[in-house]
Amino acid sequence: MEQNTNSQIQTTPRPAREGQGGGSVGRRLYGNLIFELSKKGRKGYSLPQDYDRSHSTSELPEALRRKEAARLPECDELTVVRHYTNLSHNNFGVNDGFYPLGSCTMKYNPVINEEIAAMKAFAGLHPLQPAETCQGALEVYYNLQQSLAELAGLSEFTLNPCAGAHGELTGLMVIRAYHEAAPHSAPEGATDVKSADSKTTEAPSGAVGGASSRTKVLIPDSAHGTNPASAAVCGLEVVEVKSLADGTVDVDHLRQLLDEMGDQVAAMMMTNPNTLGIFEPHVLEITEMVHKAGGLMYYDGANLNALLGECRPGDMGFDVMHINLHKTFSTPHGGGGPGSGPVGVRKGLEQFLPYPRVKMEAPLSSPEGDTAPAFSIDWGKEAPSGAVGGAGTSSVGSFFGNYGVMLKAYAYILSLGRENVKMVGPLATLNANYIKERLRDDYLLPIEGLCKHECVFDGLVDKSTGVTTMDVAKRLLDYGYHAPTIYFPLLFHESLMIEPTENESKETIDAFIDVMHKIAAEAKSDPELVKSAPHNTPIGRVDDVLAAKQPVTTYWKSIEA
Amino acid sequence: MANFESGLYYSESHEYVRVEGEFGYIGISDYAQHALGNVVYVDMPEVDDEVTAGEEFGAVESVKAASDLIAPVSGTVVEINEALEDEPELLNKDAFGNWIIKVQLSDPSELDNLMDVEAYKKHCE
Repeated sequence: MEQNTNSQIQTTPRPAREGQGGGSVGRRLYGNLIFELSKKGRKGYSLPQDYDRSHSTSELPEALRRKEAARLPECDELTVVRHYTNLSHNNFGVNDGFYPLGSCTMKYNPVINEEIAAMKAFAGLHPLQPAETCQGALEVYYNLQQSLAELAGLSEFTLNPCAGAHGELTGLMVIRAYHEAAPHSAPEGATDVKSADSKTTEAPSGAVGGASSRTKVLIPDSAHGTNPASAAVCGLEVVEVKSLADGTVDVDHLRQLLDEMGDQVAAMMMTNPNTLGIFEPHVLEITEMVHKAGGLMYYDGANLNALLGECRPGDMGFDVMHINLHKTFSTPHGGGGPGSGPVGVRKGLEQFLPYPRVKMEAPLSSPEGDTAPAFSIDWGKEAPSGAVGGAGTSSVGSFFGNYGVMLKAYAYILSLGRENVKMVGPLATLNANYIKERLRDDYLLPIEGLCKHECVFDGLVDKSTGVTTMDVAKRLLDYGYHAPTIYFPLLFHESLMIEPTENESKETIDAFIDVMHKIAAEAKSDPELVKSAPHNTPIGRVDDVLAAKQPVTTYWKSIEA
Repeated sequence: MANFESGLYYSESHEYVRVEGEFGYIGISDYAQHALGNVVYVDMPEVDDEVTAGEEFGAVESVKAASDLIAPVSGTVVEINEALEDEPELLNKDAFGNWIIKVQLSDPSELDNLMDVEAYKKHCE
């Protein structure tokens, strides 16, 4: 007797149709659950007769012992292997087809990155290995710290944080530690702080290590959702800065907020280009205003791809930033990890960064080539008490962070080299603007002018048949494309955000544009076809409301069946 | 398309207040529920909590996004609409018929800062 299979999804295989995004050509659509393949008593293993069972659960306390058998599926090995292999064919990644997921920079992950990361000399390392036995690995670590600092226009990086949001939190912890350690000299470059009102540069009462009165973080209303979340987790209070009609920061509103609460502002968080893909024209004025009030500027590196090699956050006046290696530096996004979110700071803030950090002890090899540089690990045992996490325990992740990810990012930087890194931002920008101009006849463009690495539409121009952005996104799946980001940013009701990255050829982009026009035509001629999409996927339209309110996350089938 | 109800006070962030004596019933406009899409959760304050005009007092979560609820007026919460705990979709069915919180107004003059239906209609265009 079937008690409960997941009722809100359809698992009936559907006939495959030819996709155009490279995604589903000849693809078999598989929708079985492993529980449906289970046969009572079937095993995928056999144990010897004399197998020692003395370590049975009888040794466990009564309260921890299971009262009845776990309802696990019973399958032979081949069935299990086929099941997961077939499921894996339902995946869609950058290697399957075009993946224009705005704000996520789904760029190609070059194979050479994987080859380097898989090298035994790296993959077999132990994180507690003595430094003298892994000099090459430390050199890579050190060089990546230096390369990121150069690309960002900042002084020093920690590679410890394991993701973008983790980097944001780490960066804000650095900013908090900086304010709590006041009095201090302002970070170099943020010179305007020195000329600011004396009230803002004086130490808050409580002196070193004490609580700071700077508890507010200014965040534009167009920001990525992680910004306010990170600030809240860091114990800081979010204050929203309004946007103008063109989506850029309302400088007058910022000025008003700084007048009202400037001496309580710890930092302002910004991403540039912003989440609409627009370069903030007043960024220099903004960083100067916040510095004058005694706050620091945080750069959310999520959109760094647009600027890579073209201009640098440090030169715009930012003091602290994170970089998503899994976006800008071509390492895989994975299924939620592993990622890497290195955090960089301007000169004068290095002492607040977490550990470990790798230092170079000797100069680079002499012209004779016999002086090898020596790299050492600074675990922060003598870290100042103001460092994030405090002296001796000042790490935000396990050991060095995700070292394999760093290897891939470093391989990417070396593959491109200084000259080609400069092509990334302009090519990503060119691709986004090409899509924007070619789609604006059918899709509503709310903001005129050049965009950077991504473009945002506000749904279809012709909304008369009731076809929404959600419907367009679902219909794209039928054509073998990954959907763009939808309903973000929140500034528009029907946001559809496309980020093609620099990797795609004109042919791929043209094919995508053709399909987008085709869907717009379908929305007029056969709106029901679009509203009921997707039709070619293993799972049809999911009931979002039911899934959000009553998610069924377990499968249960009665044993006696 | 969206309905507009006259006789209510509206805020720029799409909340409304229906005034009955010293009490105000605060909810979200039909335009707001339309923009949000299917509502799956309503985060409400507790009775006796104070709300302050211009500040957040809860949130509405839809399949698209979570949006803060901004109090259009200040006051003390005297009742919350408990039906929304189990059936948040009531906001989609009838936004004006399903208020979110009932407050005792602490400063009725704040109502002067809000829009009437005609001004709100223009705001939504």
